[in-house]
Amino acid sequence: MSKPRVATTSLAGCFGCHMSLLDIDERILQLIELIDFDRSPIDDIKHISQRCAVGLIEGGCCNEENVHVLQEFRKNCDVLVAFGDCATMGGIPAMRNNIPLEECINEAYRDGVTVYNPKGIVPDDPEIPLLLDKVYPAHEVVKIDYFLPGCPPSADTLWAALTALLSGKPLDLPYELLKYD
Amino acid sequence: MNDTFKITIDGKEIEARQGQTIMDAADAAGIYIPRLCSHPDLKPIGSCRVCTVVVDGRPQAACVKPVMDGMVIENDTPAVLQHRRNIIDMMFVEGNHFCMFCEKSGNCELQALAYRFGITAPQYPFQFPEKEVDGSHPDILLDHNRCIMCARCVRASQELDGKNVFQSIGRGFHRKIGVNGEKELGDTDMAVSDRATEICPVGCIIKKRVGYEVPIGQRIYDKAPIGSDIEEVHP
Ligand code: SF4
Ligand code: FES
Repeated sequence: MSKPRVATTSLAGCFGCHMSLLDIDERILQLIELIDFDRSPIDDIKHISQRCAVGLIEGGCCNEENVHVLQEFRKNCDVLVAFGDCATMGGIPAMRNNIPLEECINEAYRDGVTVYNPKGIVPDDPEIPLLLDKVYPAHEVVKIDYFLPGCPPSADTLWAALTALLSGKPLDLPYELLKYD
Repeated sequence: MNDTFKITIDGKEIEARQGQTIMDAADAAGIYIPRLCSHPDLKPIGSCRVCTVVVDGRPQAACVKPVMDGMVIENDTPAVLQHRRNIIDMMFVEGNHFCMFCEKSGNCELQALAYRFGITAPQYPFQFPEKEVDGSHPDILLDHNRCIMCARCVRASQELDGKNVFQSIGRGFHRKIGVNGEKELGDTDMAVSDRATEICPVGCIIKKRVGYEVPIGQRIYDKAPIGSDIEEVHP
């Protein structure tokens, strides 16, 4: 029987959650006995190649591209897990949510104290994904089946959750493994 | 006259005394009723409703409701737990609670309740409201992003410090904690040694320059859920 496939992605996150995933250390050998990675920054596959059992989402959505990727994951994964505070509640990027977008852009590209931009140009190349008005947690964009908060969730949390999911057991995190920081 | 009698919480008979609240009686019997606005040193005001129990079929705030002989109380039922969880969820989405950098994290009662309830994400859409941060006081930071309007600070300043530093102002979604001073906290007679400084259940009122002092793993709610101290009284 072929192994279940797991896809992972980092949207509006800092890759900290993926670093935490790597922090499972030598358990990664057990993990690759259990699963095959599909699209993921770990193997650099750019698009989901076939149906996946589990999709891990780091980060919320701050731009169009994040939304497209998240939709690709929802379409191709049986179970979607939002992991980390950015995916579950917007996280640090969502700190811009109570500041109007124009003010954010002006601060970043025009008025910031370290900015040198005499023509006041704001990047608008079509290659650059358009920013959304706000940063949205993953579940406000597509349906999410499980949430693993934490900044980042600890390697033990990720390990416990993944092994439970892959063996069809209920995802009941012990008290010490559910943290928001 | 005999002023002790029995009440029943979740089918368990416990002793209660005239003049106690349901919460007092439950605490003494080792039964934890979740709470936020209530604090042992302050007069209860029954405002957050996290302590809601069902008494003889009707929802009541356990921190203010006096016990009566023969009361039948539901505390740990799916409906009551769901109601409390809804309130906790609302507090999260109505403020800006960035636990990952909050100095109160690990010692925060709101966060600890969410952990106890096993909340992995709130059920409601995030509001991300615009709130103020007041850093004017030399020793104390007031970060309204985290306020849950429990009014503990208001009461502590009046009842324990003999001052009147805080007041709740405005209505509904716009209600907030105001200070009795020209403009900011720095204009008031608040002192860092006031009880009001440390009584905030969340990270809204915090002492400056002591953040992150306690390492992760040793903070109040790192290992054991909030309420375990009460439950340990009578295991
Ligand atoms: S500042 Fe703290 S103590 Fe005062 S009302 Fe807000 S949450 Fe309660
Ligand atoms: S603790 Fe009873 S209403 Fe807040």
